Amino acid sequence: MSQSPSLNTWSDALSGFHLGWFPLGLVIVAAIPLVFIALYALTYGVYGERKISAFMQDRLGPMEVGKWGILQTLADILKLLQKEDIVPTAADKFLFVIGPLVMFVGSFLAFAVLPFGPAFIGADLNVGLFYAIGIVALEVVGILASGWGSNNKWALYGAVRSVAQIVSYEIPASMALLCGAMMSGTLSMQQFSVLQSGPYGFAHFYLFNNPIAWLPFIIYFIASLAETNRAPFDIPEAESELVAGFFTEYTGMKFAMFFLAEYGSMFMVSAVISIVFLGGWNSPLPNIGGFALNDLTNGPVWGAFWIIMKGFFFIFVQMWLRWTLPRLRVDQLMYLCWKVLTPFAFVAFVLTAIWEIYK
Amino acid sequence: MQELGKAELNSTRIIRQDDNRVVIEKDLDTEYMVLSMGPQHPSTHGVLRLECITDGEVVVEAEPYLGYLHRCFEKYCEKVDYPGIVPYTDRMDYLAGMNTELAFCLGVEKLLDIEIPRRVEFIRVIVSELNRIASHLVAIGTYGIDLGAFTPFLFCFRDREHILNLLEWISGARMLYNYIWIGGLSFDVPADFKKRVAEFVTYFKPKTRELQQLLTENEIFVKRTRGVGMMPAEVAINYAWSGPMLRGSGVKWDLRRNDPYSIYPELDFDVPVPDGKLSDIGDSLSRHLVRALEIEESLKIIEQCLDKMPEVEGFNSRSAIPKKIRPKAGEVYARAENPRGEVGFYIVSDGKSTKPLRCKARSSCFVNLAAMKDLSKGQLIPDLVAIIGSIDIVLGEVDR
Repeated sequence: MSQSPSLNTWSDALSGFHLGWFPLGLVIVAAIPLVFIALYALTYGVYGERKISAFMQDRLGPMEVGKWGILQTLADILKLLQKEDIVPTAADKFLFVIGPLVMFVGSFLAFAVLPFGPAFIGADLNVGLFYAIGIVALEVVGILASGWGSNNKWALYGAVRSVAQIVSYEIPASMALLCGAMMSGTLSMQQFSVLQSGPYGFAHFYLFNNPIAWLPFIIYFIASLAETNRAPFDIPEAESELVAGFFTEYTGMKFAMFFLAEYGSMFMVSAVISIVFLGGWNSPLPNIGGFALNDLTNGPVWGAFWIIMKGFFFIFVQMWLRWTLPRLRVDQLMYLCWKVLTPFAFVAFVLTAIWEIYK
Repeated sequence: MQELGKAELNSTRIIRQDDNRVVIEKDLDTEYMVLSMGPQHPSTHGVLRLECITDGEVVVEAEPYLGYLHRCFEKYCEKVDYPGIVPYTDRMDYLAGMNTELAFCLGVEKLLDIEIPRRVEFIRVIVSELNRIASHLVAIGTYGIDLGAFTPFLFCFRDREHILNLLEWISGARMLYNYIWIGGLSFDVPADFKKRVAEFVTYFKPKTRELQQLLTENEIFVKRTRGVGMMPAEVAINYAWSGPMLRGSGVKWDLRRNDPYSIYPELDFDVPVPDGKLSDIGDSLSRHLVRALEIEESLKIIEQCLDKMPEVEGFNSRSAIPKKIRPKAGEVYARAENPRGEVGFYIVSDGKSTKPLRCKARSSCFVNLAAMKDLSKGQLIPDLVAIIGSIDIVLGEVDR
């Protein structure tokens, strides 16, 4: 498959830009995902989730601030900024402060390898997928630090649960992504998308192209819910059991950091699943006869549109599940991971290997 | 191998081995942690405090501590005349005010030995069954929240809102009604009442199915509740459980049938008990199922009452109320089937005063909660939450 000539041109050009000795271009490249997280978490993340849950629950959601309540999140941010930043006296101050930072950095660093369209990627690593899996695991350190540092029994429970959960679910998640890596033969996030492009749109996506891909796809989706602490696997912050889990003691902007980190990693896993199984920034529209829909809807700007839309779709599914399903118990969660998802991930691995050899 | 002794917190054990050597094993077990759950905790349904001794996630023992909402109901009763007590009974079980009022008024009426107009009886049954539905909706909805499902809660509250509107329409209050008075009602129902209750019943019947789909037919919900918090029938009876809790253990006991009052003997309804197909008899799921089924039975009762309720021209709902409520000397125990079980009032009158000499309230949740220590042994913390939710406590009634 031929490489698109425009691959990474925008981000390469930007990162080459220096203002004197200062690498201004690199800063901008790094800032774009950050601004994106902040904007999306504010709009689609918080406001969207409140509205979506409201529609599911037969109510209106925020309606007071601005038209349809669209400024509600801004008002909330203002409120959070004004709040007193409390560090409990008995807390381990260093861990307490560093916890939310580590968590946010962990979720933000993964954005370095997320391609926002064919022409823009923070760093086109040849081990991009591996890096993304690895760096997200850093969140565990932040959760454990904040849960332990809070010196609160509920926070400790949340932290311990969370570590057990995330570390366990990384195994089926990584196995499932490994299946994707076997299908493509690469770990570069850009190459994943390049390999899934073609004139027939969605028909080239691994999910529809490969008869086994649905199995790792489902496994990764379920495991990613657990990795991002979303319902029905939100036991680390199970509000009816553990008050608020590992961030029980946090107030103000430190609390907002957890929020941003959660929404950041929600988008991260959604983007990864769309890159590996659903063609990343490729348009799903096929060329039908004279209507070259696929050619028309591909390109740097369309690419950014598609990857964000695909990510948003999976975030919508995550929200949908959250507002429908009850929460699993701790032991049931572990059962699901070790006795259901992990064996099936291995089965998917073997099946994918066989398919790749004999196809 | 023989264990000779354990040191504090189980962390050291002294063991005599088979070859007669005595070994001291140190730090073998995990340490216990005391975890205070409540009084401000999202799923203790108010201000209940559970002092849990936990071994990791496992609750070794949980002891409920009460009294954070104690308002001296029984002492107040000795200082207030009989009609003045009725509003206080509302504040006991604030989710089922009508039912508690009814129980208290039944007691005083028994003491006064007065005849109640038939229309009043019908209205009383309608409003208390409406209130039972509202109360069960809260129980089912908050149980969903306890298990992490938020949406059923709001669906429940949406439907409950219709009931509260109806009750507000007839009594002027949404929760603390003071509607059922000793010997009558504060007001007759408005002209359109029958029509609007019938409208509600037709609206609500399909909605019960929706709730079943969201909770009872949900795999995760069943996994979380089935077999959790098992209570065999004998133990439940020994704990003097009543209401949906006792019926959840498979005992067909409903005061509306077993000790009938008001017009319940004339009405046709079932007493639902779990059949053991969907749930294990005596677990949290059974108790939830009983509540869900009781909603349908209550709808049945309301429909029959609407049919049979006599229309009286120029009806005065206060006609049977005595001018001065001063019962003859004596004592009475009146009980009624509340949404949470048997609520009873033991009233003693000295025959001279307009105030009771003694009024003892038998609270259903208080008695049901007493089994908490037994139920919680060896459970996980999430299961503990599921068990508290299935008991469906109202702290206003527990503490009185």
